Amino acid sequence: MQFIKDRFNFLFRSTKGLILVAIAMIGLETAVFGMLSGPMAEMGVRDFMVRALKMDIVQAEREGRIVILYHSIAMAIVAIETYMITSLVRMKEFFRQTVRVLVTVGYLLAMIFGMGFAYWGHNWALHGLYISGLCLIFFAGVLLVIALWPWNQEYRQADKSYARLRSGLDLERTAFFATALTTVISALFGAIPGSYFGNGFETFLAENIIRLPEKTTMEYSIIGHLHIMLALIAIMITLIVGRWMDFKGILHKIAMPFIILGTIVLNLGVWGVVTPLEPVAHMIIYMGATPAMLGALFLVIHSWDKLIRTGTAGIAKPSGWQKFKALVDDPLRFGPFWQMVFMNFTVSGIGIFYAVRLDEIFRMWAHRDERIELTGHWHVLSAIVATIILLYYGDMIGLKGRLRRLYGWGIILLSDLAFASVTLFEIKRLFVSEAEQQPLVNTLMLLMDFGLGMLLVVLAMVLIWRLLDLFKKKGRWSEEVQHELSEEVTK
Amino acid sequence: MKRSTLFTLILLAAFLAACAPVDLNAPIPVYETGVDANAWATIPAGTFFHGQSAEVEAIVYEYEIMVTDVTVAQYVEFLNAGLADGSLTLEGSRVVAFYPGDEFRGVKHELEIRAGDQIVVPTDDPASRFVFDGTAFSVLPGWEDHPVTNVSWFGAWSYCGYYGFRLPAELEWEKAARGSQDDRPFPWGNEIARSNANYYASRDPFEDMGSFGSRTSPVGFYNGKTYDGYETLDSASPYGLYDMAGNVWQWVGDILPGFSDRLMRGGSRGSYDMDLRVWVRNSAPPMYYSPSVGFRCIRIP
Repeated sequence: MQFIKDRFNFLFRSTKGLILVAIAMIGLETAVFGMLSGPMAEMGVRDFMVRALKMDIVQAEREGRIVILYHSIAMAIVAIETYMITSLVRMKEFFRQTVRVLVTVGYLLAMIFGMGFAYWGHNWALHGLYISGLCLIFFAGVLLVIALWPWNQEYRQADKSYARLRSGLDLERTAFFATALTTVISALFGAIPGSYFGNGFETFLAENIIRLPEKTTMEYSIIGHLHIMLALIAIMITLIVGRWMDFKGILHKIAMPFIILGTIVLNLGVWGVVTPLEPVAHMIIYMGATPAMLGALFLVIHSWDKLIRTGTAGIAKPSGWQKFKALVDDPLRFGPFWQMVFMNFTVSGIGIFYAVRLDEIFRMWAHRDERIELTGHWHVLSAIVATIILLYYGDMIGLKGRLRRLYGWGIILLSDLAFASVTLFEIKRLFVSEAEQQPLVNTLMLLMDFGLGMLLVVLAMVLIWRLLDLFKKKGRWSEEVQHELSEEVTK
Repeated sequence: MKRSTLFTLILLAAFLAACAPVDLNAPIPVYETGVDANAWATIPAGTFFHGQSAEVEAIVYEYEIMVTDVTVAQYVEFLNAGLADGSLTLEGSRVVAFYPGDEFRGVKHELEIRAGDQIVVPTDDPASRFVFDGTAFSVLPGWEDHPVTNVSWFGAWSYCGYYGFRLPAELEWEKAARGSQDDRPFPWGNEIARSNANYYASRDPFEDMGSFGSRTSPVGFYNGKTYDGYETLDSASPYGLYDMAGNVWQWVGDILPGFSDRLMRGGSRGSYDMDLRVWVRNSAPPMYYSPSVGFRCIRIP
């Protein structure tokens, strides 16, 4: 009994245990449900999985199933970020525990019962539990916002090397607060129309209605919701890894106001799509996205500079090569920030090019070609956030030496190979005709699947190792049970 | 050999494979399907289930719709007739026809479609299944009974109008595909198998996913017959229409206010099965043409 109690305490009461469970849940879900689409469907794996797992797949409900699938994975990511925030940022113990309990129960309910409802027949009890899970996560978010309240005297920032106001207001905490608050508000932009559309299965995927000139307020709300939630998850992970790297100094002082301002303006723009501001909403969104991305750029510069300075500490006048070696020496600390830079090629760059040449190029294609670009765009952004979490997790569990390099470079190279292939696949019509595309499509599909498949294998190996570790009396888990991320910030 | 060198070589080989040329004129198997491409089916007036959420809609008149997509042979006949009588003209490397234009509302992303000559087909696209020798069009051997592709919406509109027909409206198309009795997602029923329709990687005799990929199949191919050992399921719609799912996207006639794109239905040889569901929409500007897009016409008796 004590055996189970100790493991339960680690998995569900410690920061690293909670993160491990959430990563395992996402890995499992991705592995199983990833077999239902794309090349897996072509090869017949989907049909086998549907039969083997006795899934109840109704053609008319595909879009609804996918909405639930995306939400269940997103909720686990939100939970991971919440665990990280509650471990990195100071808050009252009551809030820390309550937020964690709510978000954990919430995402597990949403994931298990949501997927049960979506793929194994319509038992309304399952749907109710799924919605209950989402509600608990929302409530956890509200409590997190209260916990992060930056104007509390005890959270004033005394250290002048961090961004702060003259009053001592901690601007990094304010950035966490603003991101959490706007996330909670933006969740409503999905919840309200979700209730409307969910009542009768009139579900839709945003990419399918993108070209329609007239959209209802509810449809605009859904489109805004999915964009802003992903952007906020990305902003939050930026703040989290910034804390991990102990982001401070002049760049911190510039970046934090940018991130706060960017986050608020970005949200105002997105919320504006359901108001008469809709025609100028995109302009407001660009105005918000720019400072937010600049803030992230300053974090990248700080972190890489720190890696170079640390790595060349013993060298009087390091050469360019020595600096480069120092930069890439530790893939787990270099990787998250490289992924942020890489995102500019695979997500932001493509997105800007797309927006600028929309009418001249992309709207001259068939809608289904445009849809590929849209779905690829946000899948890559989501996956980049996931790889940043995995890189941080590798550092968190203390991977060392060759294993650390293999894990780190494995994630970076495999994911970037896949993301680059996805990006080329999205824009293939720019350089190959429909009639002649098959060899290119085959190669890109192969590279995508190889990259993502091998990445899942790397993750599976780590998870199996962690599972076996749980059976040891004095395994790594027994050390991690007491660890907090705030104690492991890179000084 | 170092592992990194091996990995680089594999990557290089993969990229080289991506640049392999595609033989657009690779031989195509020829089969007689037995389905008459000149036949019409009558769709009675009455209600049917429309859209993904199966709302009840009514079409209060009877109409007839082509049993199959317009074939390459039929379209070539039209092109030659149209060029001969002047209703079609050559303009550089394209055939054009007069179109009276659309009402322009200036909505965001809306293209202005003015009255004037508009593209019907390109004359020099290597993906077309017809060729132009400078005076007349002819069908590439073996492709006679395949659905015509590389035809713009204007080209489809012109063909139907030339013979006194018109393009089906979305609702007319959907009713013809789905029937009136139930809310089935596919013309033949609730589930899709590879031998129901021509779609991406459906392993039909016309595709080679290692080279040119999926190609069109002769109209009415999926009628329950067996061709050289390849067994098909009879996949006609409740009203006896073939290829209402897969093979080629089909232009429909609707012009939505403030929206210059034209709509397509049915999915194609290049679509995943989800796009073959009867309610799925695609769209493109009316001058767009593709080796995956064709059409059929309707007429009011």
